[in-house]
Amino acid sequence: MNFKNYKIDGLYDELLTPRLQARSSAGKLLKYLKSLNYEEINKRKYAAELAIKTMGITFTVYSEGENIDREWPYDIIPRIIPSREWVKVEQGLHQRMVAINHFIDDIYNDQKIIKDKVIPKELLRSSKNFRKECCGIKPVFGVWAHICGSDLIRDKDGTIYVLEDNLRVPSGVSYMLENRKVTKRVFPELFEDYNIIPMGDYPTNLFDTLSSISPRPLDYPEVVVLTPGIYNSAYFEHSFLAQQMGAELVEGSDLVVADDDCVYMKTIEGLSRVDVIYRRIDDLFLDPEVFNKDSTLGVPGLMRAWKKGNVALANAPGAGVADDKVVYTYVPDMIKYYLDQDPIIPNVPSYSCSNEKELKHVLANIGNLVVKPANESGGYGMLVGPHSTKKQQSEMAKQVKANPRNYIAQPVISLSTVPTLCDNTIEPRHVDLRPFTLQSNRTYVTPGGLTRVALVKGSLIVNSSQGGGSKDTWVISPDKD
Amino acid sequence: MLSRVAERMYWFGRYMERAENTARLINVNANLLLDLPRMIKTIWGGLIDITGTNETFYKKYENAEERNVIRFMLADEKNPGSICAAISMIKENARITREVMPSEAWEQINELNLYVKQHVNDALKRDRRHEFLDDVIHYCHQITGLLHANMSHGDAYNFIRIGRNLERADMTTRIADIGCMFLINPQVDIPDAYENILWMNVLRSLSAYQMYRQYVHDRVNGEDVVDFLMRDQEFPRAVAHCLEELNLCVNRLPNSDHSLRIITRVQRIVNEMDTAKVMDTRLHEFIDELQINLAEIHDQVTKSWFEYSPLINEQE
Repeated sequence: MNFKNYKIDGLYDELLTPRLQARSSAGKLLKYLKSLNYEEINKRKYAAELAIKTMGITFTVYSEGENIDREWPYDIIPRIIPSREWVKVEQGLHQRMVAINHFIDDIYNDQKIIKDKVIPKELLRSSKNFRKECCGIKPVFGVWAHICGSDLIRDKDGTIYVLEDNLRVPSGVSYMLENRKVTKRVFPELFEDYNIIPMGDYPTNLFDTLSSISPRPLDYPEVVVLTPGIYNSAYFEHSFLAQQMGAELVEGSDLVVADDDCVYMKTIEGLSRVDVIYRRIDDLFLDPEVFNKDSTLGVPGLMRAWKKGNVALANAPGAGVADDKVVYTYVPDMIKYYLDQDPIIPNVPSYSCSNEKELKHVLANIGNLVVKPANESGGYGMLVGPHSTKKQQSEMAKQVKANPRNYIAQPVISLSTVPTLCDNTIEPRHVDLRPFTLQSNRTYVTPGGLTRVALVKGSLIVNSSQGGGSKDTWVISPDKD
Repeated sequence: MLSRVAERMYWFGRYMERAENTARLINVNANLLLDLPRMIKTIWGGLIDITGTNETFYKKYENAEERNVIRFMLADEKNPGSICAAISMIKENARITREVMPSEAWEQINELNLYVKQHVNDALKRDRRHEFLDDVIHYCHQITGLLHANMSHGDAYNFIRIGRNLERADMTTRIADIGCMFLINPQVDIPDAYENILWMNVLRSLSAYQMYRQYVHDRVNGEDVVDFLMRDQEFPRAVAHCLEELNLCVNRLPNSDHSLRIITRVQRIVNEMDTAKVMDTRLHEFIDELQINLAEIHDQVTKSWFEYSPLINEQE
């Protein structure tokens, strides 16, 4: 195998320099890859596919009225991040998480940031994820978002940006952990040469975070994972996390709120009190008494129990107010306002279409921008200007004009690349990175994260529901010697 | 543990046992066929009788010839006793409960499922069948053994065992029943010389031949075989043994009074069975009643642990 025909084309590659030299942390990996011929590397690829099959690592796609379990797409060539660079990212994510939680707590209580005119009031009124039912509530430690998955991308010049913060029910962490297991099976030799920071303690840290917010001060509070059920696209992850934490995986129908406004689960011994719910159901389905009345996924009375402080919910209902893509544009202001610091990781420069001047700019330059709806996830409903047709652009312009508050636009960030195994060649493919941050009375950031890769040549869309794959991500500390 | 999960574990245990039993049944019958005179063709239909799936079967197939029966018992997803269907159910139940099972078990279950999906069509051909069925049995043993060795023997494991032993007791009564039907049924005229072979086949269908020879020193004969399969305390597939296992498992669970009462009652019926007398006159009815009793245990298990009722809580 060689990299002679590898084309970097002015982009940033995570493993190679523009002159096709190995970056210093990637030297051993590339040397090793070069020592394998295609037959050998394909053998590893099949071994990985087999491991993924037998480990049952799947994700569910909903298509044409049917749920299909697909094997998790994984590319065997890992992405490497040197620890000296990672330290800064980790600090940046920590800083961001603290500021965002200050913001959410402020919004549902005093709304100082609005009174001080740092954030316009209209922003809240039109936010889909603002829940007036949550006003006046003070969760433990003032933390609303306990688990955050942030999407990071790197531009041509090597700058890392935060693209978005996922604060409602971020998923992917199980795949991050399973990717590491698969890589260990496929390339055990490389783990001898490198000091790869392990990430396997995430479930322990998650459990500690959840335990710490229990309303009852117990040694072993009852922590449960609430899933919408096996047909949810992330069911694999719900089950995985429950298993790894030794927590019960419950569905809404397993829980009841009794007359004492406490939450109980139905067990073979009768009802048993639940202290902390790591919920993987969207706000609007949580409690049919308060939100969506037709929801059969939730638990009637759950909000009542939560408001009374009898059960902790992670993430708290309403936390999504800060993951709106328009609110996102204000995160650097929040960091200044609450922490009096400069953001360590910058935001991608963004235009809010609700601002008339910026809206004009967006409409005039739609062909060069990425336009995104404020409240969608999974890459749905967005327009990548340079990769779109004139017709798609004019349709998007119409939608933006009809509801400007619901859209933001950003310049196209090229996204860095990582060598990826394609049909008997190795080619650059675009990646992003989703690290996970935990927050209660302390903060934890996963070393590395889930690297998602757009498997289609030139594509910037990394979502697994739209043909994206994934890679193991190594944060590497320098040799011990 | 959660009632919903307990129920899944129970069915997991039942389907694991069912898949293995089905595989063994087909294997043994195929072997027996090689021994019997050519005129006896009803043997494949017997498998349909044993599994109690007549209605489903004859809706789809005209006659119980080998090809139809094998397809029905191996690959028919509509037949809940078919290997394919049982293994899909095993996977579904395990998928929903994978957080309570060791992850190696989940990997094995996945492998079994993939194996069956890939190879079941080969097994429709005679020359590949034996290997396939053997593999399925091995997988089942591997998973059962893995759970035994690596899973805490707590509530979840108890429910697997309850499912397994109920299914097993039920299958043993069915197989004993079919043995009798052959011998009593005047339409199937089996030469005396083959009676011995038939009873050996009954034993083999339950992997019981060797253990029978060790514990019952007489030559193989109907009465001793039925007595061994019903009342032996030590052979794991004997009804009495299964019931004792059920008793032990249920005893460890909360709210077990009702279920225990029924199990003890059934145990008494089996222990007090006068095999010689029952063989003479009414073995078939006896077995029918026994099956109804086993169904009653199932109903009570469902009521006590799987169906949530506020009453259970008030009792505490």
